[in-house]
Amino acid sequence: MKKMPATQEAGIFDESALVAKAREGDLAAFNELVNSYSRKIFRLAKHITQNDEDAEDVLQETFLKAFEHLGDFQGQSKFYTWIVRIAVNESLMKLRKRKSDRSVPLDEPVDTGEDTVVREIAVWDENPEQKYSREELGQILDEAVQGLRPAFRTVFVLRDIEELSTEEAAEALGISVPAVKSRLLRARLQLREKLTRFFKRKGDDVFAYM
Amino acid sequence: MLTCKEFLQELNDYLDETGDIELRRRIESHITQCPNCFVILDTTKKTIQVYKGVLPQTLPQDVHSRLLKAVERKCSEKKLRAGLPGIQH
Repeated sequence: MKKMPATQEAGIFDESALVAKAREGDLAAFNELVNSYSRKIFRLAKHITQNDEDAEDVLQETFLKAFEHLGDFQGQSKFYTWIVRIAVNESLMKLRKRKSDRSVPLDEPVDTGEDTVVREIAVWDENPEQKYSREELGQILDEAVQGLRPAFRTVFVLRDIEELSTEEAAEALGISVPAVKSRLLRARLQLREKLTRFFKRKGDDVFAYM
Repeated sequence: MLTCKEFLQELNDYLDETGDIELRRRIESHITQCPNCFVILDTTKKTIQVYKGVLPQTLPQDVHSRLLKAVERKCSEKKLRAGLPGIQH
């Protein structure tokens, strides 16, 4: 019978033990880390780059760089947060290359105050997601996220889709905690506004606010 | 009582349950008296919920296979550079 890795035998995903083994060149240990996080990294890259091909490049670059530089990983943060940071940087590089605009993603967005203006207020249907098929809903949600500016989109994806804490998102993006909070608020409010157009209860008035 | 603008500024901490009890009390008091802010709170909460669990985490098999192959190549290169034996199959 094939011997199970120690981490699986114990039924516990012991990340630090895997990282330690991988650092010594244990490919099987590193592949366990790859298998644990590759789906999340691919989804994250796809959300930021909005492109399957770029997302695959980012996925590969992320794990190859992680493997190459495992010796630099100090273990003070989680391995996942560390590779998220690599994946975010790789994704943003893809965006910059594509748009030939080096200022796009990580610069502080200009605070015009307009991002927190609420224009539409309407009660949603009780279970709005049931109005649409799973595919239609996925498309609506994807398009809404894609409509956000990269700086807001990246924070929303890390916080509300990948469920990183505010501090982890700040670390992954190399920005301050207040910057994460501010961008997240704007992202959530803008998405709420976009989704209201699809999910509002019929007959409800829509009006401006603030 | 909070103004609507203050309510918006504090909305995230309320939704993430990171604000203190006094702030929660003030927000809850505000939304009982302000129907617009009640709707904003409710629909923002639903916005976050609808994203959780709906967007799939799928990784096409061929993408996964290419990733594992690329990692294996990198591992061989690294061992070669370090003068260690290659990967044993």
